[in-house]
Formats: sequence, C-alpha cells, structure tokens
Amino acid sequence: MSTDTMGSTPLIQARNLGRSFGSRRNKIWAVDDVSFQVSRGEILCLVGESGCGKTTTGKVIAGLYKPSSGEVLFEGRNIWEMEKKEFKRYRTAVQLIHQDPYASLNPMQTIYDIITAPLFRHNLVSSRAHAWQRCIELFHIVGLTPPEDLLRKHPHELSGGQRQRVSVARALTVNPSFIVADEAVSMVDVSIRVSLLTMLGRLRDEFGVTFLFITHDLALAKYFAWEGRIAVMYVGNISEVADSPRLVNDALHPYTQALLSAVPEADPKLTRGKERIPLRSQDIPSLLDLPTGCHFHPRCPRFVEGLCDVERPVLVDTGDGRQVACHLVARERGLG
Amino acid sequence: MATSTTIKALPWSKGNVENALLSVRDVHIEYWAERGQVKATRGVDFDIFPGESLSLIGESGCGKTTLGLGLIRLLVKTADITQGQVIYRQAGVAQDILTLGAEEMRQFRWQDCAMVFQAAQSAFNPVLRIRDQMYETVKAHRATTRAEVEQVGSQLLTRVQLDPARVLNCYPHELSGGMRQRTLIAMALLLNPPLIILDEPTTALDILTQRTIIDLLRALQSDMHFAMMFISHDLSLAAELADHVATMYAGRIVEFGTVNQIFYEPRHPYTLGLIKAVPTVTGGFEDLTSIAGTPPDLIDLPSGCKFHIRCPFATERCKEEEPDLAHIGPEHAVACFHWQEVEKQADRSWDSIQTARGEEE
Repeated sequence: MSTDTMGSTPLIQARNLGRSFGSRRNKIWAVDDVSFQVSRGEILCLVGESGCGKTTTGKVIAGLYKPSSGEVLFEGRNIWEMEKKEFKRYRTAVQLIHQDPYASLNPMQTIYDIITAPLFRHNLVSSRAHAWQRCIELFHIVGLTPPEDLLRKHPHELSGGQRQRVSVARALTVNPSFIVADEAVSMVDVSIRVSLLTMLGRLRDEFGVTFLFITHDLALAKYFAWEGRIAVMYVGNISEVADSPRLVNDALHPYTQALLSAVPEADPKLTRGKERIPLRSQDIPSLLDLPTGCHFHPRCPRFVEGLCDVERPVLVDTGDGRQVACHLVARERGLG
Repeated sequence: MATSTTIKALPWSKGNVENALLSVRDVHIEYWAERGQVKATRGVDFDIFPGESLSLIGESGCGKTTLGLGLIRLLVKTADITQGQVIYRQAGVAQDILTLGAEEMRQFRWQDCAMVFQAAQSAFNPVLRIRDQMYETVKAHRATTRAEVEQVGSQLLTRVQLDPARVLNCYPHELSGGMRQRTLIAMALLLNPPLIILDEPTTALDILTQRTIIDLLRALQSDMHFAMMFISHDLSLAAELADHVATMYAGRIVEFGTVNQIFYEPRHPYTLGLIKAVPTVTGGFEDLTSIAGTPPDLIDLPSGCKFHIRCPFATERCKEEEPDLAHIGPEHAVACFHWQEVEKQADRSWDSIQTARGEEE
C-alpha cells in the first residue's frame, strides 16, 4: 500500500459528480456536478433535506453506484478505472453504515455469522477460534458487552443501539480507512445517540478512520464534525462548505442561513427568540422540473432577477477556507 | 350518566381542576403480546386547560403514543384500558370519556378532540378527493351542505398557506409530505374542536417544512384557542410550542413542569439526562453525554423506580420502592426520591455525576 508516498493527496475526491436516474425521457439528476474532497483522518458532514441527493452522493462515493458523470478518486486514482484487484481493495477500504439497523442485518443469522462472514470472505482469519477472538476485539472497540452472549444472539434480540453497533463492528472487520455513515444514528433513541457518536469519533482518533457523515440533522452534524467540515446540499448541488463552527454561526449562503434560522432547537428561549428568515416560497422544487439558474432562486430571500434565475452559480473558494455557490456572496466578496 | 366524574385535584396543576378541559387520572393501559402483558402506561395523571399546549416527551416505547390513542379510544384490539378516568369538560358538563358508548365516542372524536397523526398519508382515505374527505367528515357530525363545507375548508386551507382551488381537488397522494400534514391540520380544525392531539406532527418533515408547521400551529392556536397535546420524541418541538411538558418513562410521567422548568431546572435525573443528550445548532461546542443503558422492557419491568438501573443518583431505596409524582414547587412535580440532589448537581456534566457516583460505591 502506498499510504506514505501519497503525501498531501486527499483520501477521497469527488470531481464534478453526477448521477441520474430514470429513462431517457423521464430523467432526473439526483446529484449534479458535486465536487469535494476528504483528507485522511478528516470528518466531512453532508447535510441537506430529504431528496437533496446526499444519500446518492454517499453511495456513489462508496462505489455502490457508478457515477453518470464525473469521477471518484481514491488516493488520487479513479475508482472506475481501477483493475479488478485494486477495486476490490477499494471496496474493503470504504465501508457504508446504513440508517436502519433493523433492515441492514440478516434476521436469519446470528450476530457471530454476520460479523464473521466478511472475515472469512476476505481471508482475514485463519480459524474459527481466531474469528471468535477477532469478534470479541471488535465488540470491545464498538462498546458491545458482554460479547460472548451477544455473538450467539439474533438481531431481533438486540436493541436498536446495539444493532447499530453491530453494523459498525461489521464495517470494521475489513479495517476500512474510510467510513460513509448515512444517517447512522437517526433511528436510535436520543438518550443513547451521543454514545454512538462518541464511539465513531474514537475510531477516527484511535485508528485514523476518515468519515463522510451524512445527516439531515444540523445539530448532530455540528456535534460530530466540530473539528471537521460541513457541506450543505440543496437539490443535487453543494451550496456551501465550511468548517463547522463557522458554518453554524456565520453561514454565507442564503439557503444555509434560512435553514439555521428555521431549525427548531431544544432550548425554549433560544428557539423562540430566533430571528426568522422568511422564504419567498414553501415549495421544494421537483427534480423533474428544476428551476433555471440557481436552484434555490424561487425561494431565496435575496433573489436578484436577471442574475439568479439565469446563471447557475458555481462553488467558489472564498479565500478564507470556505466555499460557497451564490452569485451575491461572490459579488460582495469580489470572487470570480 | 351514572359514573363518577369527581376526581382528586393535582396540587401542581396551574388552576382549579373544575376549569380543566381534560383531566387524566390514574390511566393504566395494557397490551397482550406473545411474550406476555405489556404495561404501556401505569397510572398517568395530568390536566390540560383550555387553550394551552402540553407536550409529552420520552423515548420510543415509553407509552406516549399509546396514551394519546387511549385518550380517544383508538387503541388496537389487543390493548385494554384497565383502570382510570379521562374527564372531559365542555360547556359546564363533565363526562368520563372511558364510559362513553360507541356513538357518543364517535361524536366526541373530531368534534371535541381531533388527532393529527404522524403518518399523514394513512390518515386520509386514498380514493377520496380532499373536498370529499372534508364533506364526509363534517357530515358525520352534523347536517351540512357541500357549499358550506367548501367555504369553511377553503378558509382553513388558506390559513395553512395552501391554495384551496388546487388542494380541494387533489387526491391525498398528489400532495407532498408537508402539504399533506398541513391539509391534515386544516381537516382537524374543520369542526373547531377545543382539543387537538398531535402525534409526532413534524417528524419526517424537512427543516423548512417543520418550521412552517410549527409557526402555523402557534398562529392557529392563538386565533382559535384550542388546546394541544403533543406527543414527540423531539425535544425541540416541546421547546418551541409547549406551555407545560411531561416527561414519560416506562409508562409513567416522571416529571411535569412548565417548559422553562423542564428545560432549565429539570429535577428528574431522566429529564436532566435527556436535556444533556441533545445538541443545539446555535453556539459553541457543548459537552453532551448519553444515558447509560437502554429503556426498560415494558413486559419485564425492573423493581422500584424504573429508571434506577440507568440512574447515577440511585440508592438502595430506588431499587425497592417506586416514587410517586410529588409536588415540589409551583406547577412542578417530580417522581424521584433524590430530586434535591439533582438540583445540587444539575450544572455538572452527566459523566462527572456518573463518575462521582461510581467512586462513592
């Protein structure tokens, strides 16, 4: 493996990614011209509302969908131009954790079977005793106790939180360097969400695992990626990328600002005292009939006729480590 | 009616019980499951006054949805309200909902108490246009004409920021999730009920749509003066809209208070733990923690206080005896032997409380 020689090459790069669905006549672009990069050991959160393309982006990055346009680079190499062996290595290096721990574990198998299948498949263990020992190590990492009892159980005997930990343990069997977590804690009870996030954060701190963390919940994104970055998506595009503290406290894009002003918060005085940003329309555009120019223009409170509805803004560097796709912000800051 | 509608007053209620719109007393609901009897609620007491909003918060399986369905007697056949009273007072008449006959109950639902469900799709008849759903709903309760229903319906749809000309002619599947939820709210208000029960009304909606629904409910309530009871696992909905909040755990209310008391002066360890587990978006980084363990199995409940296994304040007494909801201050009640200890430690992080407890033992 050429980890050391890669130097500053980002672990993952998305270059002008597009992914369409449907027939030639009824085609929609779930993801349209999305570019970002994630460095080794970094956390990038992808936030957005339902239908914005965040899950599709995650699946394209994980190699489950082939992009319709653009490319995904892993350690600088296009994953769809890799040879079979190299692609297989990529597929083990990148693991996906799904939202629903009730649907992602085979109900007919014991937890031991679920965890050991990839261990045997990839020849990572030499014997059943070795596999058992490896399971216990993995359960220790993800905080599942007592491992011996749990390994003999079936998924239905576990709580939602425990199942999600099993999903993480299964992902860790192949020593991934990159985890795509798609709404990984959304279905878990509030009182135990934080412990799951802490466990995921430890994977980064102790094993250097890189994360693409996909969520609709801005507060969770902020909590998990406080030292990382947040990318906001809107109908297939990235509208803003910034480090988490600045994204939640000093957003540039009108859509991010609207989201932040709208999000209900678990603090009565704070949430009732928030300044509201009224939108021009409540309607989320249909992917079958996207607005011209900036996709947010029909709802945007700062809409300028003849500019926003004509030309689609591109994601530009603001010069202070952030990126934004808005004509008005670009104009104010004298960018491209 | 022969049954008694006299009930004990709750010392923490904000007013005279005779003025309450709905008084729930000692309600027990049980389910029969293959593994045994599920004790979904075990003695719930609270009052809702006209025009106020009460939020029931708690995690999945705490009994909050069962309670909401129980109040309008829409429980599945395997469930049974084994004990309790639900006294509804309207125009000087008090009646126990749990003793009403089928026809009286049918009249009560929607006319006196409407319900907005979580899955708005299944609340509609899929083969009826919205205009027909509305007409059928009103016709089931009183003599009416299509013209009258359409006039009221149009006003309400406009009020929830929908275009009546379009929506009235739509079938439910033609509406987006947010539009459906708004249409359902308009439907709930058709008969101008004094009480609306809302089960997770904003769950599964986008942030901007959630905001619209919350602002609409607030505005509608201030105009039409109905009382609302929210059921939600989402603390932010309670923070937005509630006057009073009740925390539920393992089928009981463990804390009841004003919204500010619950969020800023919680006295039950479980409420404290929940508040400390939820991040906010605005501001800096918060030190959050989870409550150790998982919610209890409602078929096989632990002894004593049902929270003692997860509680950093628990003592021997908590393992043996279950505390009752007790009045601890104006409009504030808590079911915990150690609420004064909680008050002393409330500013510390949950982890440091847990660690300190561990060292003592």
